[in-house]
Amino acid sequence: MPPPITYRRPVAGTQPEHLFPRYASTVKRAPTQPLVRLPQTETELTSPVFGWSEVKRGDHDLTNQHAGDPIGERIIVSGRVLDENGRPVPNTLVEIWQANSAGRYPHRVDQHDAPMDPNFTGCGRTLTDRQGRYRFVTIRPGEYPWRNHYNAWRPAHIHFSIFGQAFVQRLVTQMYFPGDPLLEEDPMYNCVPDESARRRLVSALDWESTIPEIALGYRWDIVLRGPEATPMENKERLPG
Amino acid sequence: MSLHATTSQTVGPYLHIGLTWLITESLAPAGVPGERAQIRGRVLDGDGKPVNDALVEIWQADSRGKYGASKRFRGFGRSATDDAGAFRFHTIKPGRVAAPGRKLQAPHILVHVFMRGQLKQLVSRIYFPDEPSNAQDPVLALVPKERRATLIAKKTGKPGMLEWNVLLQGRNETVFFDC
Repeated sequence: MPPPITYRRPVAGTQPEHLFPRYASTVKRAPTQPLVRLPQTETELTSPVFGWSEVKRGDHDLTNQHAGDPIGERIIVSGRVLDENGRPVPNTLVEIWQANSAGRYPHRVDQHDAPMDPNFTGCGRTLTDRQGRYRFVTIRPGEYPWRNHYNAWRPAHIHFSIFGQAFVQRLVTQMYFPGDPLLEEDPMYNCVPDESARRRLVSALDWESTIPEIALGYRWDIVLRGPEATPMENKERLPG
Repeated sequence: MSLHATTSQTVGPYLHIGLTWLITESLAPAGVPGERAQIRGRVLDGDGKPVNDALVEIWQADSRGKYGASKRFRGFGRSATDDAGAFRFHTIKPGRVAAPGRKLQAPHILVHVFMRGQLKQLVSRIYFPDEPSNAQDPVLALVPKERRATLIAKKTGKPGMLEWNVLLQGRNETVFFDC
């Protein structure tokens, strides 16, 4: 059996640490002991496969889940899931969730005094195609306050969860919108020192996916960890 | 071509909206071969308070140590913690899986934990009690001896029922991995 392909470690400054005191909830939840570096074994290098039997073809359209149309600006969010080598990640599960156009989630924890929208749940999912492409139809989410610090407001964002082809690629992240002045003040957006890594969390207005008279398009490519150029067998030895 | 992986962001407090459709707490329907294991546990923060907004995902091999080899047993589980911080899985004990260098790992389950207050997921493993191969497991061997017990599920007195907790901080803080 050939040695398994292993995945690159993150480039310095591009992934958050667990403890980030500006985001207050990390203080009681971040581990205090050093993480133990785990060699990537078959366990970490495999991943569940999902199919169109459980994801439905219409699940990518968040505007079409109720009797009426949701309130707000209809948008198309699309892009590709790639690995760090630029290769598409096909047939992978992408799950999204987001606030409604008023910045409210239909969730028992969300007590923000903004209206619910009976025609918007804010939940969608899809599988990438053979070129790694995904596409969602939704409503532009609203900004909303949170209690991290005085006068704290989250920039508009969409939560994304992506599986990839190995559990080491598993990623949960958030997509932001271009030109949002709240980004500069947002502890989550600012959780990494690398400025270009932060900017890659921001989608771009995209004329190609924009549908005239119907919906503006935003493009956002997601990059998962990529396989190393050479197998790891000689690089990392497990103790006997 | 060389890109950098997208920065991880927290799952936030409203994860249930997008992620509970795939809750999978019973992984092994009747007929799937293997020793049944019920694993229950709680996620507790640095004050010992239950974390009621965590999502626990597991990934494991089948009873022969194979990943994704059977249509009836995918090996993936997802549970959301309740107000007591509790999650639960009904599954089977996995077989031994290969490790680099022609070694074998002890039976184990990979765990990813997502929650508000984690900018990226926590990675851990569940090992099984009374399992002689734990002593030879190459991953457990990397963990300081005094902390290994945090990775091994405890027997509860009820047959097949195990307890494995996620302690985010404190004296018995669970071992988390960087992989």
